[in-house]
Parts: sequence; C-alpha cells; structure tokens
Amino acid sequence: MIALEILAIIILTPLVGGLLTGADRVISARMQGRKGPPVLQPFYDVFKLFQKESIEVNTMHRFYVYISIIFVIFTVIIVLLGGDVLLAVFALTLGSIFFVLGGYASNSPYSLIGSERELLQMMSYEPMLLLASLGLYYVNNSFYIKDIISGDTPAILFLPGIFAGFVFILTFKLRKSPVDLSMSHHGHQEIVKGITTEYSGKDLAIIEITHWYETVLVLAFVYIFFAVKDPVSHVWAVLACVVVYFLEILVDNGSARVKWQLALKSSWIVTGIVGAVNLVVISLFR
Amino acid sequence: MNFIKKSPWILHYDGSSCNGCDIEVLACLTPLYDVERFGVINTGNPKHADILLITGSVNEQNIPVVKQLYEQMAEPRVVVAVGICAATGGIFSECYNVVGGADKVLPVDVYVPGCAARPEAVIDGVMRALAILEEKQKTARCKKGTQEGAGV
Ligand code: SF4
Repeated sequence: MIALEILAIIILTPLVGGLLTGADRVISARMQGRKGPPVLQPFYDVFKLFQKESIEVNTMHRFYVYISIIFVIFTVIIVLLGGDVLLAVFALTLGSIFFVLGGYASNSPYSLIGSERELLQMMSYEPMLLLASLGLYYVNNSFYIKDIISGDTPAILFLPGIFAGFVFILTFKLRKSPVDLSMSHHGHQEIVKGITTEYSGKDLAIIEITHWYETVLVLAFVYIFFAVKDPVSHVWAVLACVVVYFLEILVDNGSARVKWQLALKSSWIVTGIVGAVNLVVISLFR
Repeated sequence: MNFIKKSPWILHYDGSSCNGCDIEVLACLTPLYDVERFGVINTGNPKHADILLITGSVNEQNIPVVKQLYEQMAEPRVVVAVGICAATGGIFSECYNVVGGADKVLPVDVYVPGCAARPEAVIDGVMRALAILEEKQKTARCKKGTQEGAGV
C-alpha cells in the first residue's frame, strides 16, 4: 500500500508541478499582453530536452543533478505522506546543496556565479523554513505533518506572522523575480541562467523536473498552514495555495530583479521581525 | 512523437549587422507577434539552443566566435541566416573586413530575405527551420539505431 502511495507521489507530483508551471507561463504572458504558450509547454520543453544530445562537461557535473533530484523526491515523499517537517527541511537543503555543487563542478564562470548566488538564496530562506517548522511544532506539539493537519484549529490562526514570512521566502524557492538571482525563468541570458549554464539535454530536463517537484513541495507547506480535521478546511487550503501561487506570479511580473544584498537583508529582516515575534508571542500565551 | 518542433529555443547572434535585422528579430518577441505562442524562447546560451539565428555578415573578427557558438550547441541544431547581410554580405559585402554571408563558415539551413527582414519573414524562416530540425533528428536517430543494431 505504502509502496503504491510512494509510486503515485513520484509520478503525479511532476505532472501537477508541470501543469502549474505551464499555467504560470500562460498567466505571465497574459499579464504582459501576450497570448503565451500552450499550458503543456513545460512538458514539450522537457520531452524535447530528453531527445537532445547531453553535452558532458565532466562526469561529476551530471552526477550532482541526479543526486539532487533524489533528495528532492525524498522530501516530497516525506511531506505528502505526512512525515516529519524537520526531516523534510533538512533533506530539501541537502538537495539544494548538491545542486550548488553541480554548479561548482563545471568550473564555468557563469555557473560559479550561479552557485554563489544560489548559496546566498539558501542563506536567505533557510532561517525562515526552520522557524516555520518550529512554529508548527509549538502549535501542535508535534513535528509530524499528519498530526498538524488533523488538529482542531488551523495553524494559520496562531502563526499569521510566520505564514507571511514563509510566503515571502517562497519567492526565493519558486525562483521568482525580484529574487531570482541564481536561476531565472525570464531573460534566458547566461548570468541569470546561473547553475544551468553548462547543462544541456537530459540533465537540463532533470533540473526542470526537480523544479516541478519543488513547486509542489512549497505549496504543500502552504497547505499545512490551513488544513485541519474538518474536510472543508482542505478546500480552503487548496484555495490558499492557488491564491499564494497567483500572488507569486503577480510579484514576479511586477518587479525587477534586486541585488543580492537587498535580497539577503530583506529576507532576514522579515524572518527576524514577523517570524521571531510570532514565535515569541505564541510561546508567551501557551 | 517529436517535441523539437514544439519547443525551439533560439540563440541570436549579431555578426556585423546594422542592427536593423536585430530589432526585427526582437520585435518577434513583443506582444504583437509573440513567438512564445510556438514555444520559442530567446536564450543567451548556445548549450540550451536549438536554432542559431545569425543577423549580419561574417567578418574576419567574428569567424572564431560564430564557429565556437555553433560547436557548443547540442545536436540536432540548425542555422538560420536573417537578412541579406547574413546571406551574402549585402550592402557591406565590399567592406575590407567582411568575408561574406554566414554560409562562408557555417552550414546555413534557411535564408530569410529582406533588408531588414520583416518579423513575419523571420517567424516563417524559423518555422521552416523547424521542419529541417525534425528531419535532422530523425536521421540522427536512424544512424544511432543502425549503430546499436550493428553492435558498434
Ligand atoms: S540586411 Fe539590411 S537591415 Fe539587416 S543587417 Fe543587413 S543592412 Fe541591416
């Protein structure tokens, strides 16, 4: 049974992620007054990349991408099966670290800059991810997502600050402007393509699929904040995910890329203020 | 199924053009023409690109650059020469440094005429290039298949 569930997660998650990315591209195009590509465009891109030649810079370079996707899939399985939030956050970090190592392995100046920027992005969002897991623990006395989403009151009521901070750092994780420093989906020029610069063919396709898994993963985190025992709350949770994703697209299209200093500073300030204050307040009232 | 026709990623290189053709190429990305409808993406990275779009003629200085860009692209790949300059050297063909059209150094697959080539013509050229791209992919696969069959 559990094996079937895991298999379903591995297969269905990228399908959902790809459709979300496709919808993102269509909505972005409409916001810019264009018609935009078909919704299935991300799938076409990935299938095409699978059919193309993969240029090998060196063996390690490709290896890291595959390790990275394995850890991300592992994280998705933990989260969707209702496992430990803390373990999920750590496994996700490991996945990102391997991706960064892949950038360093290629030795190309563009990839190196991309790797460094990716590290900066990780420094920006990691504290908030940890605070969010701590907050969820405080509310439900359990790190297990299964317990958190079967409580009586949704976590968002206790953690509005942490949720706001979490939505803020989602922009980093979804690689959206203004903080898409290391690997942007717009303006496919070398420096903003960062780590992916030296990847082609299958490897690039794997990176794209990893991103689909991550998209679903971060939206699952949003879901956790809203879902409770009551089945109706799950509808609200899905709605919240849709609203958050739309907001991200809006911000993505409405803002220019910032410098890394501002990205790092702003995320730490947001984490420090809304995240930490929220945590202190709920610890006082318990 | 062949997906390369549905997701052509383009690398645009400006040889020694007067910028007229470049502006027309970029105009294809604007809301009026919106080539992203066809899945076209304007990449800046030869390793991600399927189509090399050259505007302007080839000159003594940029021969190695053009060659290197082409060599870095992953198979299958095609070259589209946009504008008269890229086809023959055009109005600049008499210049002391100009070697001629893009076909002096690269195997050009599609020539788009015009000075400057209109966006419609550029899109048409890209679409024709896609048919060639598909053909190239098929032959590449056949070759691979026979090689595997022969145990090479
Ligand atoms: S073909 Fe005409 S418009 Fe295009 S680059 Fe040459 S001179 Fe300029």
